[in-house]
Amino acid sequence: MKTPLYYKTKKVTVNLIIHLLLIAVAVTCIFPLVWMVSSSLKTQETIFKDMSLMPKEFHFENYYLAWKEGGFGRYFINSIVYTVSVVVGIVIISSLAAYAFSRYRFPGRNILFVMFMAAMMIPIPGSFVPLYVLLNKLHLRNTAVGYILCMINVGLSTSIFLLKTFFDKLPRELEDAARIDGCSKFGIWWYVALPLAKPVLAVVVVFNALNVWNEYILALVIFDSKPLMPLQVALMTFQGEFITRYPLLMAGLTITALPIIIVYFLMQKYIVKGVTQGAIVG
Amino acid sequence: MKLKSTLENYVFVLPAAIIFIIFYVIPFIWVFQLGLFDWDGILPTKTFVGLGNFKEILFEDRIWWQSMLNAGWITVIALTLQNALAFLLAWACNREIKLKNFYRLIFFIPPVLSEVVVGLVWQWILDGNYGLLNGWLVQMGLPHLVRNWLSDPNTALTTVAIVHSWKGFGWGFLIFLAGLQTIPQELYEAARVDGANAWVCFRKITIPLMIPVAVLVSMLTVLGTMQAFVLIIAMTGGGPAYHTQVPVLRILASMRGSSRFGYACAQGISFGVILVAISFIQYRFSRRSRQV
Repeated sequence: MKTPLYYKTKKVTVNLIIHLLLIAVAVTCIFPLVWMVSSSLKTQETIFKDMSLMPKEFHFENYYLAWKEGGFGRYFINSIVYTVSVVVGIVIISSLAAYAFSRYRFPGRNILFVMFMAAMMIPIPGSFVPLYVLLNKLHLRNTAVGYILCMINVGLSTSIFLLKTFFDKLPRELEDAARIDGCSKFGIWWYVALPLAKPVLAVVVVFNALNVWNEYILALVIFDSKPLMPLQVALMTFQGEFITRYPLLMAGLTITALPIIIVYFLMQKYIVKGVTQGAIVG
Repeated sequence: MKLKSTLENYVFVLPAAIIFIIFYVIPFIWVFQLGLFDWDGILPTKTFVGLGNFKEILFEDRIWWQSMLNAGWITVIALTLQNALAFLLAWACNREIKLKNFYRLIFFIPPVLSEVVVGLVWQWILDGNYGLLNGWLVQMGLPHLVRNWLSDPNTALTTVAIVHSWKGFGWGFLIFLAGLQTIPQELYEAARVDGANAWVCFRKITIPLMIPVAVLVSMLTVLGTMQAFVLIIAMTGGGPAYHTQVPVLRILASMRGSSRFGYACAQGISFGVILVAISFIQYRFSRRSRQV
């Protein structure tokens, strides 16, 4: 006969194992970042010998050096400019299109929408090759505008899909009321539909912001001149030029990762929502 | 009046349509055109070679097929190790009520970081001479395990695959967790009343209901992993001696290294066709598993 104590011990043991597993994986997830920050605070001399997680002295000047000498200040601002421009562009362009796809009838509507959705499904590996050729022809290669337009296109299909799904479920009463009050189509989109779409717009903003901030390959192909580079490309260039300057590289990596982690902690709810919704799409 | 209204509707979709046509449709068509030419990307003249590029890919380009095998190996590890871990953690988290949100927060940190950041940090940890991992191995009295993890041909590819799994398991974890949360608790309660123990519940309720989710996660894993390459650029650059080359890296090398734009496009088409074929097979498979 198994006693209640048997069941209790068994339950406690199982829970203990589960907790150990979860904690171990959680530590593995965070540890490389801790090591990155720790390395960024050591000096060129100590970094190759000192294996301790806590450096004896904190050399915060590495961050100053990376920002100024390493040029990461400049690249940081570039990344901010690209991210903000692309996100603003995507929000306006995709919400306009999604609203029309959801509410209005016009010839060519279905075929256009199907094309956007097909673009979301069909993978084009190496699409950077024709984009390079295209931007060359348009004289937009090695320009911020060229990069921003390419990146707007990257995020367009998914954003239109998310927004259209939202508008399809949204009751029309408020918009009808606005129309009766004499509001124009664009007025309804701007004053009624967009404010109502805030929760899904948050998903669109967060995902596209992460995507642009972390983007590497198009920036690599499009930009030749260093002053235009975003952080991701600059990090690889820095690593190629100064192979052994690890403290500065680690400081640069921390500068790059920190905004993402802050945004992630603040907007966590929307990221979880986006992943689970996006998964249903795919 | 009607005309004005229709024109207004077009204004709504016009910006999206223009950007889409210029930056998606035209490049898409160009890939298929350029794939038939030999072109260095600069000269105004292109040489028409028909299917010559594709013939070369199929029969002569051994590094291309090697890169395909490498990507396949990374995908195998991602499908097994990464997804098993993702499912196990999701299942464990689903039982755990109190700290569920905390773990969910932590496990999704690697996926939000950029591949460049992850690659460079891990490259530093795995460095053969000064890396933390080798340092620890020596400290723990295991110096015979010390390796040049990323420049030893025997370990480079698998090491890259494991870091890739570290970065990616959070996606599967979130999707599995969302899936587990949709299973109604009543099912488990009813099974308990009928005398089923935890293991039977897991096998007869959890697993069958999670199969569609698992198929979805593996589809996403395969498509994502086969096309992954930035992490590899940051960790090994494709070396040592092509041991960590993957298809997209080859496309980049054809374009930037050897200035063969036509060949790069042909490689892109070949790879794209393979990816579409894989997802089609998986789609058929998932339809069948749903009918069961």
